[in-house]
Amino acid sequence: MLTELWNDAEGGFHPASAPDFLPATALKEVQLRRLRAVVARAYKNVALFRTRMEERRLTPDAIHSLADIQRLPFTVKTDLRDTYPFGLFASPMSDVVRLHASSGTTGKPIVVAYTREDIEVWAEVMARTFAACGLHRGDILQNAFGYGLFTGGLGAHYGGEALGATVIPISGGNTDRQIMLIRDFGVSALCCTPSYFTHMIERARELGVDLRDLPLRVGIFGAEPWTDGMRRHIETEAGIKAYDIYGLSEIIGPGVASECSAQEGLHLFEDHFYPEIIDPETGEALPDGQEGELVLTTLSKKAMPMIRYRTRDITSLITEPCTCGRTLRRMRRIGRRSDDMFIIRGVNVFPSQVEAALLAVEGTLPHYQIILTRDQGLDRMAVEVEVTPEVFSDRIGALENVRTRLAQAIEHILGIRVELRLVEPRSIARSEGKAKRVIDRRNEGG
Amino acid sequence: MKLQQLSLFLENRPGRLDAPLEAIAAEGINILTLSLADTAQFGILRLIVREWDKAKRVLEQAGWVVNLTEVVAVDVLDRPGGLATVLKILDGAGLNIEYMYAYSLRRGDKAILIFRFEDPDRAIQVLLDQGLHVVDGDELMSVAAA
Repeated sequence: MLTELWNDAEGGFHPASAPDFLPATALKEVQLRRLRAVVARAYKNVALFRTRMEERRLTPDAIHSLADIQRLPFTVKTDLRDTYPFGLFASPMSDVVRLHASSGTTGKPIVVAYTREDIEVWAEVMARTFAACGLHRGDILQNAFGYGLFTGGLGAHYGGEALGATVIPISGGNTDRQIMLIRDFGVSALCCTPSYFTHMIERARELGVDLRDLPLRVGIFGAEPWTDGMRRHIETEAGIKAYDIYGLSEIIGPGVASECSAQEGLHLFEDHFYPEIIDPETGEALPDGQEGELVLTTLSKKAMPMIRYRTRDITSLITEPCTCGRTLRRMRRIGRRSDDMFIIRGVNVFPSQVEAALLAVEGTLPHYQIILTRDQGLDRMAVEVEVTPEVFSDRIGALENVRTRLAQAIEHILGIRVELRLVEPRSIARSEGKAKRVIDRRNEGG
Repeated sequence: MKLQQLSLFLENRPGRLDAPLEAIAAEGINILTLSLADTAQFGILRLIVREWDKAKRVLEQAGWVVNLTEVVAVDVLDRPGGLATVLKILDGAGLNIEYMYAYSLRRGDKAILIFRFEDPDRAIQVLLDQGLHVVDGDELMSVAAA
């Protein structure tokens, strides 16, 4: 029956997508079987996990149903730092075929490991990601995620090849060449961070290249939160469908969840990554539909299983069936990451709140940066916003008006005063990977 | 009769004026006149150049946000009360001046003023009806060449 689905569906489904359509009961069976195996594996091989289980007087036999997962201890980001570099590995190094590491903003990086089987699973979930975004054999995929220690580049690369697409491993950077290849190679799909792609749109315009005239039809964007307004901007300016994908190195890299043609939430590849939503304060599981912190358990990872890993990403699960036919549950797009949050004068602020205000005033999202400083013990927040052709005027009064409206919109949402500075186009550094939205200088030279 | 004026956004800090001026100078484009309006934080550079379309392209390719506005150049007698006469006419016709600045060159006993009107077409009609001389692009350039 699944085979029929691939053949009959409009455009056809890739065989790799089969698990996306598993009936709920079959999916739960797979999840439970894999959960028991991964817990046993971690208990046997990872000292930190075993110690925590013993503290709770638990053994892997305690898992009788999926609900029993709630009895297991959480894993948090600092666990990876505390056991740096290889303390959470569940495989001997002789079975590990790849290491990746994330930058991390402070101190030691986070190291993640893959066995050959892990790499195969990763390629599978990324192939399913691309298939869900409408890609197939014959597509020319420009992979502008960074290659190297960052998981984005190689994760997308293997997935693209597993799908049967033609992959261009261009990596991030060298924007003029990116645009040249999109045009000259007839690139039909491209993946990178959404902020880097908005930079490509901007640069293409300067070079006199209209992306809407080219065969490019799909963009697959991830590795940082982005708003619906940014999606509309990208889709209009580049003439493409822009899909959101989700992943994190600690779990596998990209390939944890992906949007589909419906663009209404991201399907979690829950046959490999089991999702829960918890109250970030109490750690209690929340019912489906309620917003909280996403917690993921890797059901099939060998080299580095993660049991109940707290992602610090805030979202909720959608259990209603999706129009695309996939039975996998969906999560709402990540609007905010607890990691991105900063506190100023006692107020919790997410960059996405500032974005929402800028979007409301300008219609599209301008390049911006938040700068935090401390002046005689008092925290100050400045927002620098690049002037766009849409808001620029030859009249001082009109520009002052834009500045006031932007400042008021932000102050209205946050309830704190901000200094809004209009800055020249291109004066805020562009990132080829994840955009740096917040510069915190509060502890410099104080 | 209208002139095309280019406007650029600049941050108000030392040295910001150099880059755009150098960019157009490198293309051999001559600036007929310029004016700078500023606040504590930013400024707007307004330029009238010989080849405005080329200058606009050069500046945009270098990453500037450029705005194109139609302005009107008017001959004003260079003596006390010369400007007041023109302003009275404009005021009488209910024409709103967004801003104005002087052209850098004079011609005999005349100074040339550049006006940015809300409604430049009606402004030109009123000025011509009152017997004032509106200077067009070619004429402005011939003043510069003389």
